[in-house]
Amino acid sequence: MTTPDIISIGYLIAAVLFILGLKGLGRPRTAPRGNLMGASGMLLAVLVTMLDQAIISYLALAVALVIGSAVGALLAVKVKMTSMPELVALFNGFGGGASVLVAIASFIEAIELGRADNQLATAAAATALIGAVTFTGSVIAFFKLQESLKWSGFTGLPLARAMVMVVALLLVVMVALQPDTRAWLWALVAAGLILGVISTVAIGGADMPVVIALLNAFSGVAASTTGFVLDNPLLIIAGSLVGASGLILTQIMCKAMNRSIFEVIFSETPAAVAGGRDDSDVYGDRVTSTSAEEVAMLLEVADRVVIVPGYGLAVAQAQHAVRDLMTSLEASGKEVMFGIHPVAGRMPGHMNVLLAEAEIGYEHLLDMDQINPTFSETDVTIVIGANDVVNPAARNDPSSPIAGMPILDVDESRTVVVIKRSLSPGFAGIANPLFAADNALMLFGDGKQAVIDIAAALVTV
Amino acid sequence: MTLLIALTLFVLTVFLGLELITKVPATLHTPLMSGSNAVSGITLIGALVSAGSDHTMLTTTLGFVAVMLATINVVGGFLVTNRMLTMFAGWKKRRP
Repeated sequence: MTTPDIISIGYLIAAVLFILGLKGLGRPRTAPRGNLMGASGMLLAVLVTMLDQAIISYLALAVALVIGSAVGALLAVKVKMTSMPELVALFNGFGGGASVLVAIASFIEAIELGRADNQLATAAAATALIGAVTFTGSVIAFFKLQESLKWSGFTGLPLARAMVMVVALLLVVMVALQPDTRAWLWALVAAGLILGVISTVAIGGADMPVVIALLNAFSGVAASTTGFVLDNPLLIIAGSLVGASGLILTQIMCKAMNRSIFEVIFSETPAAVAGGRDDSDVYGDRVTSTSAEEVAMLLEVADRVVIVPGYGLAVAQAQHAVRDLMTSLEASGKEVMFGIHPVAGRMPGHMNVLLAEAEIGYEHLLDMDQINPTFSETDVTIVIGANDVVNPAARNDPSSPIAGMPILDVDESRTVVVIKRSLSPGFAGIANPLFAADNALMLFGDGKQAVIDIAAALVTV
Repeated sequence: MTLLIALTLFVLTVFLGLELITKVPATLHTPLMSGSNAVSGITLIGALVSAGSDHTMLTTTLGFVAVMLATINVVGGFLVTNRMLTMFAGWKKRRP
């Protein structure tokens, strides 16, 4: 058996491991094994690649591999669960960036060897564009999630975006038609990098789950098109698997927001559409404020309690406090459930990860479809740091910017306690009639402190 | 590999992926994303060939940086996914 044969068979086994790995990641029981299979596939692929006779200097490779592994491991071990969205965005970006560099390197090599034909050039151009957009798009998403980037674009951004997009597509055509002119490729990479920045910079927090899922899909597609450049089936298979899974997640997120991908990327934020509406006619003097002691008394006589977490829970780092509250409520025989909206937080599954960190079990975390029919039998619902996903206007007011968005029907429970800093609107920039509802009580303050206060008051009741 | 075969592979795998990953529970959305993201670091094997083939200074340098970025993506991605999944499994064991 020749060396190329061994490499090919190694790649085939790796491809099978990736397929089984992704399948495993879709079910709770098999997820850890699935992840392990994916990692084994990757290790095998790297090992057999080392047999490639084109590789002659191993020292540089070893250095790069060691640095990369150390940085990757450090990030993975150190990251706090609340910062998970940032890390996922960053890893996405690195994958996309690596694809661009590989495509450029092998395209330049092909030019010099006189092998650069239109087909190779087209694949390289596609990788350069998608990978560059993924890279800068992810980096911008990273800084926005860290909240260290306040810039959210400039007037005329949509026009600039459309123009850069047209230029980029023209450059793809030029690269494909004139494979020997390197300048086209460099210009295309530059256009892609700019496009990534101006496509993500205006995207608001609540749209982040869609953006992260989409960038995830992009990083897969970029790897796949790199496979076309390198003529490597394993890259095509692994890349398109990731592309498909990213696409599914994107679709789930979009459905949960009642927005299409195009609306998220191309349209103004709902807040901008809503403008500065006057909230006084919604709230009037009908907002009832409450205290931790009063909430504790309500909980004391409740049989079933539902907690609805939102991004505010992550900001306040209230997951452990919430767990303690749940434990003491359960100790006195009450049923406690969590109702989780698909886009609560800043990435798909954000709330589940946070609550799992606080050792709150699967069986307590219910999806929107499971929890909604149960609100009418719920005595107290506590909303922590969520706003738009519990806004009944989505259901009742056809003129609302979020009309039609699936929401958690918390207003159907006997009493709703909303823990929030103020009456300020959420991402959609609209008032929430829930806060003024007869069965709603506002507990103003920091999410974590409020939950701790309730738990403390519960003991003394 | 001809373009047609490559395209066939691409399209069939996308369909396979869509079939594999329907109905994922919300709890696994983040691990699925970070785990699949690590798989997309497969571009690493292309980077290894570019970095190790000593073709020109430029291609070697591009390859070197690509190996670093892709390795961060791969190692970090699988490890952080494992960390999350262990966390999920952790409380399962503690509960009777």
